This record gives sequence, C-alpha cells and structure tokens, in this order.
Amino acid sequence: MMDLSPEELTAVHLSLRIAVVATLASLPLGVLVAYGLARWRFPGKVLIDGLVHLPLVLPPVVTGYVLLLLFGRRGPIGAFLAETFGIVFSFRWTGAALACAVMGFPLMVRAIRLSIEAIDRRLEDAAGTLGANRGWTFALVTLPLALPGLMVGSILCFAKALGEFGATITFVSNIPGETQTISAAIYTLTQSPTGDAGALRLTLVSIVIALVALVLSEVVQRLANRKLAQFE
Amino acid sequence: MIQVDAQKKLGSFDLAITFESDGGIVALFGPSGSGKSVTIALIAGLTRPDSGRIALDGRPLVDTAAGVFVPAHARRIGLVFQDAQLFPHLSVRHNLMFGRWFTPRAERRIAFDPVVETLGIGHLLDRRPGRLSGGEKQRVAIGRALVSSPRLLLMDEPLAALDAERKQEILPLIERLRDEFRIPIVYVSHAVEEVARLAARVVVLAGGRVVASGPVEDVFGESIAQAGESRFRRASFVTARVDHYDAAWGLTALSHPSGTIWLAGPAGPPGRDCRVVVRATDVTLATARPTGLSVRTVLDGTVGRIETSDGPLATVTVDLAGHGHVLASATRKALDELGLAPGLPVVALIKTVALDEQSVAVAPP
Repeated sequence: MMDLSPEELTAVHLSLRIAVVATLASLPLGVLVAYGLARWRFPGKVLIDGLVHLPLVLPPVVTGYVLLLLFGRRGPIGAFLAETFGIVFSFRWTGAALACAVMGFPLMVRAIRLSIEAIDRRLEDAAGTLGANRGWTFALVTLPLALPGLMVGSILCFAKALGEFGATITFVSNIPGETQTISAAIYTLTQSPTGDAGALRLTLVSIVIALVALVLSEVVQRLANRKLAQFE
Repeated sequence: MIQVDAQKKLGSFDLAITFESDGGIVALFGPSGSGKSVTIALIAGLTRPDSGRIALDGRPLVDTAAGVFVPAHARRIGLVFQDAQLFPHLSVRHNLMFGRWFTPRAERRIAFDPVVETLGIGHLLDRRPGRLSGGEKQRVAIGRALVSSPRLLLMDEPLAALDAERKQEILPLIERLRDEFRIPIVYVSHAVEEVARLAARVVVLAGGRVVASGPVEDVFGESIAQAGESRFRRASFVTARVDHYDAAWGLTALSHPSGTIWLAGPAGPPGRDCRVVVRATDVTLATARPTGLSVRTVLDGTVGRIETSDGPLATVTVDLAGHGHVLASATRKALDELGLAPGLPVVALIKTVALDEQSVAVAPP
C-alpha cells in the first residue's frame, strides 16, 4: 500500500526541489528587501511594503494569473527573459518555483525584517566608528545577529512553497513530471474514481514532510535561542 | 585639536554650538536634553549637521559650505557609549580586535597588549559580552575604541550606568588613557565630580547652546548656579598642592595660601597639583577662627559675591587668600546675623569627611 507509483515519486521529488529552489533563490532578495524596509527611509517605501505583502492577501489564483500575464511567453518580462537569457518560466518547473517563491516571499521578508529591527542600531553605529563601512557592518554585525530571523524566514517560505497550489496551477498548469507537485497530484487523483489510494499515500507523505519540517524548525529555533541566551 | 561649529534642528530642538579644544580632556557638561549626545553624534559622523563645520587637527570632517562630509567609518574617531554596545555575537577578544581590522597598518599606534593590561581585562578575552558585569563591559568598550587607535576619543556618559564602586574603578583608568596613550578625549557627563576630576576644559551646554566654556576652575560655580541646579549640585574648585600623606590617620594635607586642606585617604604624590571639588553645602562660614570644632580645614578669605533669591537660602562666593574661591550655601538669616557683606574677612570651614579621593583630580605630571 505504501509503495509510491513512479508518478507519485516524481511529484514528491518535484515538490521538494521546487520548495528548496524557491527558498534559496529568494533568500538574497528577501534579506535585501527586509533590510531596506527595516533600515532605510525612501520615497515609495509604503508601496514596496504593500507590493511585497500583496501575495499574502490576494487570492492565490489571482497571483498566479498575474504571473502568467507578466512571466508568460507573451508577457513583457517573460518574453524578455526568454529572448535574452533563454530562461522560460511558463509550464516549466522553474515557473512553479517562481510562483512558490512569490507566495512565500512575504513570510520570509516579515521574519527577517523583524529580526533586523530588533537589532540595536547603535551596534551598527559602533561598528561604523570602529572603521567598518556599511557593507562590512552589514556582513559582520547585522547579518550574524539577524541569522535566527533568516532561518525562521527560510523555513516559513519552504513550508509555504510545499503547500502552494492555487498560484502554481494557474501559472504553470498541472503537467506530470514537470509542474505537478504533491498538492496538484493529490488534486488530480481525487478527480479520478481510482485515485483514492494514491491520494491517501501522497497525503501521508505530505504529513511526514510537514512533521519533519516542523521538528527541524523547532530544533533550529532552540539552537538559535541557545545562541541568543549566550549573548544576553 | 577639535573645532566644532555646527547647527542642527531636530523637531522642536534647536542645536547651535561652537567650541574647540586642543588636546587633553574637554568635558561637555549639561543636563539631559541639553544637546550633549547630539554633539557627540555630529563629531562621530553619525548625524549630519544642517550647517556648519567640524574639523579635527585642521582637517574638515564636515563642512556644509564646502560640501564635505567624511562618513563615520573614515573619521577614525572612537566612541564609547553609555551602555557599552559590545557586539553580542563576538568574544571579548574579537570585540577588541574589531576596529583594528579596519585600521591601516601605519596608523596602528596603540597596541593590543598594553590596552588589555591597562584596563585589566586579560582574563575576559575568551568570554562573550553577555557574561560580563556592567563595569567589565564598559572597560571592554573603552578598550575596543582604543585598539582602533583613534585620533579622538568620544565618551558619552561612560560611567552613568555604573554604581559608585565601579565608577571609582574606571575613573583612574580614564586618567591613565589621558596620560599614557595621549589621546584627546571629549567627555560627556552631567556629574560635576567626574568633570572636575578628568577635564582641563569644560563646555557647558543648556538648551542646545553653549552657555559657558573655558578652564574648569573658571567655568564652574557660576555656571552651575546659572543652570538652575539644586544647591546640592553647586560646587567650586580649589587648586592646591599635595603636601604630605599622614599614614597614621589616613589623611592627606594639601597646601593652599589660605590654609591647609585635609582630605580623607591618599591623593597624589607630594608636590603634585590637584583640584579639589568642594560642594557648596559642605562649606560653613565663620567670622573668626573657631575653637572646639571637629572641622580640620579652615581657610582664610574675604566675602566676594552674595547671591540671594526669594527663598531662605543664599550662595556666598568666598575669595580665598592667595588664589581661587569656594562657594558656600547658607541661609539668608545666618548671613544677616553674622553681618556678612562683600569685602569683609571670613573663614570657610570644610569638613574633611566631605572630601576624599573621589573629589580630587591630580594633574598629569
């Protein structure tokens, strides 16, 4: 009963790969945006803040459709990327990763931003008076102190990416072996009269992955707290 | 040599200050909200002035007219915060070394080991800042600023968060920095004793303006009265020479033309000049040398100024025989009954228990 079919196994692999890539690829931009929102004052900050959080409040289907309009083969960004760099998102697993990254981004930015805002600015001032320019101050003071936030943000983004369904299916459809994640596969199986066993197997796999992720995040959280306790 | 002439508006607070200092310790003195910390931030380069010029050794750090602004990391000005602000994720050793990484080799004038030794923090090197006491943290913070070989050291109320005992531990260390490492220091404080003990010059700030500046002896007394502080904060300064230390009784005799000043505990070596802080409330006035009193210090002088207010109290300036003056707080009634008036001879009595090593600043050799 617990033997996964090749198609189901592919869906599991694909889900994990998409979630990992979505998380790692959005981390640098997430840190930059979080730092900017936490530390800089600039015109249009409210707009950027709103834009980042939009996927959190929009129906996922709408986010997926907007991605299709922008990053689809005929979309302004999608066409440019395809012609210039040969990067294609539409109906590829990379597109699924993009959709997952966009959906997880607000959660990631929020966690990192909070941890940066919790850092006493005068620590950064102190680094400045000791000769560290902004880049060094960021690398040697801000980033290490924000590390717990980075970890929490990454885990949240990863979890969101694993569970993503609406935006992904709207943007890159539900192609087995290319864009069919666990969620999409379960959805497909439930639509078929013979799919119950498969849906159940994938559901169990989902639960296992979710549990592992939760335990992992708890461990990371504890390690980070222990590290912080050393600081205090 | 630091020259400051800067203006800055922060909300409803309006700062406009001008002062300069040539070496040694200059104190920025004033109540909270007088603009001391903003001034420090301006010199450190953490804040930009709206207009003005700040120069160190003739080189402009900021000059709004010429469009010059040297960022904080390029100024090589050390800053010691009131609450240390050590990097929590780095060991004490790495905190100390932080500034050194960014100091050009040729400018590493101050070595690591002497600083660690002077500050007595050798046993803390492998610890995390979180495990240090307040006094230890502050010593490490001072060391961290020093090891970067700054051209100027800014200290923003470095002792304000410490208890009296820790203060006594760190004050002599700051004196040693001044004398051994020859670093010019701008020292922010609202404690008269600290300023008197450490600084040669003082700049008194109130409401974002410089209300007085000059040598500590000249400035204090009057300016404290002007700042509207309570009578317990009024103090004056007497410069006297260490005569001898009486080990049997544990007292130091200081010679002054107007008489011998006794203080509890040791001061500097004989022959050294020192500055004694005398609180106005610790001075008693008499028209003749009294007998049968426990007071040991009896100084001859004449009544200078008498400041009275609507209240019951008055402040008398006693011009001491030779040089200097002390302030004395007394009731208007007492002055009236003694018939004290400007120009009349008077003796100033100071309880020895009111003076100890805390109130004495020994001049550098």
